[in-house]
Amino acid sequence: MYTSHIMKQVLAIAFVLTLLTPVAAHHGAATFDSGKKLVMEGTVVEWTWANPHCFLKFDVTDASGTVKHWIAETSNPPDMFNRGWARNSFKAGDRVTVTVEPVKNGSPVGRVLQVVFPDGKTLSTQDAPAVPGEGARL
Amino acid sequence: MRVPGAVYDFDRPNEKPSPAPRRELSGIWEPALGPGDAIQATGAKAMPSDGKPEHELPFTPEGLEAWMKNKPAWGVRMVPSALSNDPVPMCDPQGFPRILLHNFRTSQIVQLANQVLVLYQFNHKWRNIWTDGRALPKLDDGLEPRWWGYSAGRWTDDYTFVVETIGLDERTWLDNVGRPHSFNLRVEERYRRIDRDHLELTVTLTDPTFYTRPWVALDRLRLRLQPPSFDIREMECSPTETAKYNKEFAEPAAGVSATEQK
Repeated sequence: MYTSHIMKQVLAIAFVLTLLTPVAAHHGAATFDSGKKLVMEGTVVEWTWANPHCFLKFDVTDASGTVKHWIAETSNPPDMFNRGWARNSFKAGDRVTVTVEPVKNGSPVGRVLQVVFPDGKTLSTQDAPAVPGEGARL
Repeated sequence: MRVPGAVYDFDRPNEKPSPAPRRELSGIWEPALGPGDAIQATGAKAMPSDGKPEHELPFTPEGLEAWMKNKPAWGVRMVPSALSNDPVPMCDPQGFPRILLHNFRTSQIVQLANQVLVLYQFNHKWRNIWTDGRALPKLDDGLEPRWWGYSAGRWTDDYTFVVETIGLDERTWLDNVGRPHSFNLRVEERYRRIDRDHLELTVTLTDPTFYTRPWVALDRLRLRLQPPSFDIREMECSPTETAKYNKEFAEPAAGVSATEQK
């Protein structure tokens, strides 16, 4: 009875939560405003290439001249390497256009979906389909 | 997505399987369907925590109570990561069988005369599986718990290697959604060499204290043999890097500080 009662409660919230659960990252999804996207132009302050997740700090200046210090995470270094990112992808002062999924609490924090450089070069945190046949010959 | 240099099944759509070697597991193995196929953020692949009734685990009351004490950052009971009590992000050992049921990436199997070693990419860990015919130790109060347990393996035929593991530390979670286990957990891994390039892995968990019946956590996960030159990228849990991540990202993301209770 005890097991069944608690499981009913768990399953009731599960239905809602499964609609909200994104597939990326390993440190949890509960924090993020799932599905919301913000696109911002900013200046890179710091790029941290480390476990458990890499993260990018960048400053965004609004029309009134107020600067917001943003921080946005990606996944871990091996997974980001597989997506074409590297330890030296950014240097302080780089101008970038960053798309983030922000956190729910309104802080300037989120996770990176995409970064575009002025020359059009784009880095994405989403998995691109692998091209069959590119694998090394065994 | 692919790990550069790796070979996946989609690279060889028309390949004819070569015969499996007898009693042979050595090599570097990668999930055959792609690098993310065994990264199980929402819990054990065969029983994810997704709210579907068919994935409800057969908890005993004691097992369910233990699960409720865990605060995972994923699954139906997820909390913000800064409020989770998951031991892994703090760099405590994920242990066994979580290494197979959460972040199972490239692994290297080294087959020696008296044991099989498995080297795992995630957090740079390894296991020893004895094959010298020894019996597993007696599971009683005198047995020292181990993060990685006590493992013994045997060939049940020329292509099937079965490993039994006991003595697992109760502080580890079974998977990324906080499923618990007791000290009475017994894990069976069944490795089936189906052809030259493939292994299939099935993991069955038996824990009568926390679960009313055995359950399959991984069901014939397909692994693919990689070139001998394949270089496994380092992936390590650094407490210093983790502290920086928590302070600068996870805590502001959750709107909490490190002084708040988890």
